[in-house]
Amino acid sequence: MLNFLLSRLLTFIPTFIGVTLISFSFIRVLPGDPIIVMAGERGMSEERYAALREQFGFDRPLISQYWDYMTGVLQGDLGNSFVTKKPVFDEFFTLFPATLELSICAMLFALLLGLPAGVIAAIHRGKFFDRTLMSTALIGYSMPIFWWALMLIIVFSGMLGWTPVSGRMSLMFYFDDVTGFMLIDSLLSGQKGAFASAVQHLILPTIVLGTIPLAVIARQTRSAMLEVLSEDYIRTAKAKGLPPSRVTYIHALRNALIPVVTVIGLLVGTLLAGAILTESIFSWPGIGKWMVDSIFRRDYPVVQGGLLLIAVMVMIVNLTVDVLYGFINPKIRKS
Amino acid sequence: MALLEVRNLTVEFATTSGTFRAVDGFDLSLDPGDVTAIVGESGSGKSVAFLAVMGLLPWTATITSDVMMFDGTDLNGLSPARRRQIIGKDMSMIFQEPMTSLNPCFTVGFQIKEALRIHLGMNRSERHARAIELFEQVGIPAPETRLRSFPHQMSGGMNQRVMIAMAIACKPKLLIADEPTTALDVTIQAQILELLTSLQEETGMALVLITHDMGVVAETAEQVSVQYAGQKVEQQDVRALFSTPHHPYTAALLAALPERAVSKHLPTIPGVVPGQFDRPDGCLFSPRCQFATDLCRTQPAPVATPELGYSRCHYPINLPVEEVV
Repeated sequence: MLNFLLSRLLTFIPTFIGVTLISFSFIRVLPGDPIIVMAGERGMSEERYAALREQFGFDRPLISQYWDYMTGVLQGDLGNSFVTKKPVFDEFFTLFPATLELSICAMLFALLLGLPAGVIAAIHRGKFFDRTLMSTALIGYSMPIFWWALMLIIVFSGMLGWTPVSGRMSLMFYFDDVTGFMLIDSLLSGQKGAFASAVQHLILPTIVLGTIPLAVIARQTRSAMLEVLSEDYIRTAKAKGLPPSRVTYIHALRNALIPVVTVIGLLVGTLLAGAILTESIFSWPGIGKWMVDSIFRRDYPVVQGGLLLIAVMVMIVNLTVDVLYGFINPKIRKS
Repeated sequence: MALLEVRNLTVEFATTSGTFRAVDGFDLSLDPGDVTAIVGESGSGKSVAFLAVMGLLPWTATITSDVMMFDGTDLNGLSPARRRQIIGKDMSMIFQEPMTSLNPCFTVGFQIKEALRIHLGMNRSERHARAIELFEQVGIPAPETRLRSFPHQMSGGMNQRVMIAMAIACKPKLLIADEPTTALDVTIQAQILELLTSLQEETGMALVLITHDMGVVAETAEQVSVQYAGQKVEQQDVRALFSTPHHPYTAALLAALPERAVSKHLPTIPGVVPGQFDRPDGCLFSPRCQFATDLCRTQPAPVATPELGYSRCHYPINLPVEEVV
């Protein structure tokens, strides 16, 4: 197990370098100059512009800028935001709980609905439920996220008034961050109605962000279950006289979960990408919205550092999934 | 009273290109403690017939029969829940591929104890003790450690022993072994057959051995039923069948045994078992039969008397001497 972890961590090194290279060059390829953006509409004198360029080091060759950046990164310093002047690292971890809370809720939403839906569709293959579910899943998968979000807002916030349009918490409540998770902090604050407000604010973003994972998980679970249900060991389980629920949910699902877990690992990347859109639409103060805002401001350190930290998160999640594999599939554990 | 009585069992599969009749009028009568072999080529419907008896066929199968009685219970129209109380307990089955017949995600111990809990309601320590006893009975060394193994950590022969232990866990009255040795090495084959027969003698359960291997039949069975294209073509006592087969198909199968070959080339039966689209009108074996006449090609063959092994043939061979005269 230790060897496995170490070898996986070694493969992180080239990925890590690759991500720094891409994020570093990506933001510089975009047209626009951070110093001009900082000056805003007032503009600035030639001398001032040159002085600022020198101050931020933009006058030096790219390779030496990258060298400076990497020296900082390896010392755990991602630089300070051009706009807020605060360290990128601190900003990221202030905002990350909001994204994490939303992502976890979206993933739970996708798993809790997607797994049973896939299983039931597989059992009733070709029947009405299966066909309805699979075509719905296809629609969910192909639908543009922003359009889906706007439709939900129009119906549930606009017409029905059931949910708030944006934000994480009603302005009526104020309490300090403890964990950064609104659901937990609102409970800890002990204010009446705060938790309900947190839940209400979460519902629409969760549905929007969870839709694609839900569709993918439902379809993947269905096809994995169909394959497993025709295996010899399922016949053996039936031949033992086990009730169908036990055959399906213990003997078959356990095996079907192996490919599903792979997909879940891959979906984490999708989830973070989706968070950028979802957070922008719902004004959700997480890293997705932070990244978008920073790209518009040409806030180089934030974009570079933010992308790097997101990539590291995805790598950690994938490593976790690989470890989880061993628990689900004994064949991998022993070899 | 017969332990298992099946009369005129027919199994049809709905396929996209019409119905396919896999089993056509299958009959069988088994007394407690009988050892019967069901022989036939691939596609002769021998496994399907017993999967139908176990109730393990997929929903695409339509099963009809005049009689299907097991141990005083009518299996026809039995609710799935009642059926599950019988299968795995009084009637159990082992399969061809031991490596894929066990669930790769669970230890073999878990898979054995499962049946004990469901059918016998044993508690944890009783189940553990019984599982060890079963492993010893089927000849698995170091049962304590083996119970914690996963199927992929054991050999095919060991896995088949696990399957057998699982099948006999609740002391069944009937064990159906569907080609139990086909996927195994020759040396292991002999061991597994020996184990099956010795377990049968020990427990007095009835044993049905589904196989295409005449050698296996000769070694283990008392009664033999020969299947062809979903029909039973002959049924005899094992000695009688080997000495005086009455159906040309049986005779051809026996002639194809290497041990019996007289010429340099091993005799074979030309052609294959008819499938869904090339089913002949008359006797199903007529296209491949060296004795076939026009009558055989147009009229389905009648079933002969028990003396002629219920042979399904217009012209049974090896007739008793007095009848020839």
